[in-house]
Amino acid sequence: MQEQIKTLNVGSLVDIAKKQWGPFVDKLEWTWRRHPMLLVGIAILIFMALLAIFAPYLWTVDPTAVDPPNRLKEPGSAYWFGTDFVGRDVWSRTIYGTRVSLAVGFAVGALSAVTAAFFGLLAGYFNTFDLIIMRIMDAIMSIPHILLAIALVSMVGGSVPIVIFAIWFVTFPRAVRVVRSSVLSLREEVYVEAARAIGAKTPRILWYHVLPGTIAPLMVTGTLIIAGSILTEAILSFLGAGIDPETPAWGSMMADGRRTISMAMWVVGIPGGFLTLTVLGINMIGDNLRDILDPKLSRSGT
Amino acid sequence: MQRYLVQRILSSIPVLFILAVIVFAVLRVSGGDPAAIIAGKDAPQWQIEAIRNDLGLNKPVYFQLGVYLGDVLQGDLGESINSKKPVITLIKERIVPTLSLAIMTEILTLPISIPLGVLAAWKANTWVDRGILIFSTLGFSIPIFFLGFLLIKAFALELPWFPAAGYVPPGEHFGNFLHRIILPSLCTAILFWAFLVRMTRATMIEVLREDYIRTARAKGLAEGGVLITHALKNAALPIATVVGWGIAELFAGIVVTEQVFAIPGMGRLIVDSIVRRDYPVIQGCMLTIAVLQVIVNLLTDMSYALFDPRIKY
Repeated sequence: MQEQIKTLNVGSLVDIAKKQWGPFVDKLEWTWRRHPMLLVGIAILIFMALLAIFAPYLWTVDPTAVDPPNRLKEPGSAYWFGTDFVGRDVWSRTIYGTRVSLAVGFAVGALSAVTAAFFGLLAGYFNTFDLIIMRIMDAIMSIPHILLAIALVSMVGGSVPIVIFAIWFVTFPRAVRVVRSSVLSLREEVYVEAARAIGAKTPRILWYHVLPGTIAPLMVTGTLIIAGSILTEAILSFLGAGIDPETPAWGSMMADGRRTISMAMWVVGIPGGFLTLTVLGINMIGDNLRDILDPKLSRSGT
Repeated sequence: MQRYLVQRILSSIPVLFILAVIVFAVLRVSGGDPAAIIAGKDAPQWQIEAIRNDLGLNKPVYFQLGVYLGDVLQGDLGESINSKKPVITLIKERIVPTLSLAIMTEILTLPISIPLGVLAAWKANTWVDRGILIFSTLGFSIPIFFLGFLLIKAFALELPWFPAAGYVPPGEHFGNFLHRIILPSLCTAILFWAFLVRMTRATMIEVLREDYIRTARAKGLAEGGVLITHALKNAALPIATVVGWGIAELFAGIVVTEQVFAIPGMGRLIVDSIVRRDYPVIQGCMLTIAVLQVIVNLLTDMSYALFDPRIKY
């Protein structure tokens, strides 16, 4: 008994863990050595997701509760992250703000990836579709996305689904363009020509020979879109054209903090820091995922 | 090539038409009545009706669209509901600050980001690469208005090197113009810089693994030649796509930068007009930006043929 306890040091814990979840731990170790930033990014994202899920239990108060006598309190033991110009608790508002950002980012990312793959393949592979699809995409893209999103949101009002739809609508044409431009060169590849020559049907060529080639650029673009949508949502809230100002969102917090920037930097700095960290984490995941998913780029063997 | 050019220019007419319809539809369907806003809060119904009649807002939407398109074809973008000035005059007043900001941003971006991207790809997976990548990822992840606040806090409030906000026309005093435009341009440039470094690196890495690069190296070509002639030229196609895309991003960034640094450009004009439901101004501005964007897209597509002789138009 005594000896058993003695051997239970950290090293043996790793051994036990290895015995229990061997392949998983090995994989984790392998990833940690080759793609440390991937794990850092995932850790950041999990952390933010936990904040979003458990927001009510994280010593938060009502994020919309106004308390003018305690306005612009510096961060301290009473208010961890201080208070803003009407005395709202910055900690609670920041934690609740995580929810809006993550929901909008991932919803737009998923929608855009699927729609862009579909329209990109059609436009890149079939000349007939190319003209129609790309003209419509050009038209949408020729309006700066933030302006079009503002106009769309002001159409129905700032609910989360509307903001998601607006950001998707102004974002996915860019992904279509990226997919299309890689399909344009992929369809000239020898292996695609070979597949065509042995009589493979078009859907098969698209699915097995062209689509896989678009995954790497689509991954990068998809990541950019998740990160970019979180930023766009924040910009919309910042400009006062996003989700209704009652819901705490990082962008509107920073818009509120703008007038007190010279004396209370924390009102702007804390949501700005969380926003930057979240987007940074997602971008780190994308960078590394790309290396792992694209066999041509994998670092093994080099 | 010439045939393609004519074809593309002709085909951008439907793009602009679709765009005009989209903008028109979005604005007309959106809530808010400009007549009610002009008349004021407690205006009687008959007054609102009269204003609506004046502006032609009581006609069917397709009729308004037809009238509008007819006017646009004659070079008339209408006049602002709010200030009664012709929209063209308003755009002429506001386009200079926006274009200055765009050009300054490009000047600060392109000569730095593409060489850095090439360097990162060449030194892939070394500390040089990781350093460049981390900085560019960081620059890409900071919300542009937050970056603006940080720049203002650091270089205008803590260190009083630059004015915190404002704009001076280049014709009035060029030195002051530069002094005021540098901080906002830097703000947009950092975002754009990060974005371009990333994409240049990603495509260059892919290209550098191609067989013809190995061949070029094997036959003893100098590394510089391999990088520029063999690699960069082949990577130019995706990079060009991204620069073209980046210009739309750039305009979007400028809308925010103008807001943060109080620059009286087109971005602010549009945001203000959206708030006031000043339809003719919003339409005119969006159409102007769209024309600029269509030109950039056309140049992007044409550059494909320039970089890659396999693509023929």
